[in-house]
Amino acid sequence: MRLNELSSKLSQWFSPQAPLSDIVISSRIRLARNLSGHKFISRCNDEQKQQILQILKETILSLSELGDIFFIDIAHGSSLERDLLVERQLISRNLAAGKGPRGVVIAKNELFAAQINEEDHLRLGVLAAGLNLDKCWQRINDIDDAIGRKIEYAFSPKLGFLTACPTNLGTGIRVSVMLHLPGLKMTDQLKKLFEAAKDMNLAVRGLFGEGTEAVGDFFQVSNQVTLGISEEKTVEEFMAVIIPKIVEYERLARDRLLVKDSNILDDRISRALAVLKSARLISSHEAMFLLSNLRMGINMGRVKEISIDTINELFLLTQPAHLQINKGQNLDAEQRDILRAETLRAKLN
Amino acid sequence: MQCEICKTRTATVHLTEIVDGQRTESHLCQSCAQKEGITIKSQLSLNELLSSLIAAHQQTDEQLTDEGRTSCPVCGMTMEMFRKNALLGCPNDYEVFGKSLGQIIEKAHDGNLTHKGKIPAGATPPVLCSDAAKEEPVLRSNAAKEEEKIKTENEIETLKKQLEKAVRDEDYELAAKLRDRLKALQ
Repeated sequence: MRLNELSSKLSQWFSPQAPLSDIVISSRIRLARNLSGHKFISRCNDEQKQQILQILKETILSLSELGDIFFIDIAHGSSLERDLLVERQLISRNLAAGKGPRGVVIAKNELFAAQINEEDHLRLGVLAAGLNLDKCWQRINDIDDAIGRKIEYAFSPKLGFLTACPTNLGTGIRVSVMLHLPGLKMTDQLKKLFEAAKDMNLAVRGLFGEGTEAVGDFFQVSNQVTLGISEEKTVEEFMAVIIPKIVEYERLARDRLLVKDSNILDDRISRALAVLKSARLISSHEAMFLLSNLRMGINMGRVKEISIDTINELFLLTQPAHLQINKGQNLDAEQRDILRAETLRAKLN
Repeated sequence: MQCEICKTRTATVHLTEIVDGQRTESHLCQSCAQKEGITIKSQLSLNELLSSLIAAHQQTDEQLTDEGRTSCPVCGMTMEMFRKNALLGCPNDYEVFGKSLGQIIEKAHDGNLTHKGKIPAGATPPVLCSDAAKEEPVLRSNAAKEEEKIKTENEIETLKKQLEKAVRDEDYELAAKLRDRLKALQ
């Protein structure tokens, strides 16, 4: 499978037909695992990393239940290819920027990715569109069992799955939900969300941005406690309490905007649409910001002529590596800004 | 990840700057970032949480104990090395530095110290036994006994779940093994 087969289409986890998908973009569960009898990655030399890579790659590729899967060698790929995989959220920045033998096994439908030699020997990840954590857990649990029957994981009955960083110890589970929260942002309530999340031992980070930056009001909420709480319980808290509550607040904020500030709201949405339809040069940051406003406009029924599918597609297609791989050449920043503006005009007009 | 300026502390501030379309990234520790005049918005990151936890223990109790002077016989890791990037060197470190890590683990996991949840599908009884047998054989304190009890209860719970699953999956060979193990524990 060639990477440009990926770059030209929409990720399945970005589907608008999923539960609560106006606010919840995607659900993701990852499990951190390490092989018994091997050192953790930070203390491995390249030869040892190669050995681990080989064991895990062969084991995972041999699992028939995974369907159509393929392996990508990250150490020998180009930086553009690595960036593309990061933009599609199939690998972490950590794996992209890592050193030595490492790779990823990806399902063709992009709903499964097994990163090898990231911070831990193995990071299994399963994704689904919308709020769908039950399904993710069921799937990843089965895959984990299938792998666990073939190789021996580093595990202690008291501490659970042993991980390179003690923050992942125990279940090694990270449940993450990506949310689009422009209403809370516009009504200045994000700080409240962050505080509540902190009290509940949850991490909130901006998405599509890096570090502390949140471009386009996309946020990822994830659990931090992995010891002393079972996987099922962690998933249940997200499904039954955490996410429904945030979705409820976002809806309330949007309703409030419609009642109190519909002029400001419509102005923002219309300006976003106008710029996206006519700009000749546009940065990734600005595009993301405006697409986010437009997405809110469509979901709130203020813009009718554009589908959410188109917007979701543009979020991916306008990112730097996507632009370059689809064009088939390396582009500098200005060339990218031109091509990005062209792509937006073509899809929105 | 180490701070790019002082090269000693853990980088907890990750800054992306776009100047004339050129993106540069810098990774700094809290104090170097402050010296550089970068103000940080309140953000809940795992690294930050962990480094502050580690810092809290730095040069206190653990340096006075044996663990502060020990290195892991398997991977050569020391607590000082762990403080730099918050990553351990091998599974054995959890035993070698059990005491120092225990405090960090407890804080990172909301006071929890014992695993609840699945056990590896392939984990056969001998694996579990050998692990338990490694525990100190003589002069057990009450706390250790208590811990053993919790461990056994946990194991029973997980074995029961595995047994259910094995029966559901019609893997009777595995189910029989699990049943025998359960009997022995109960």
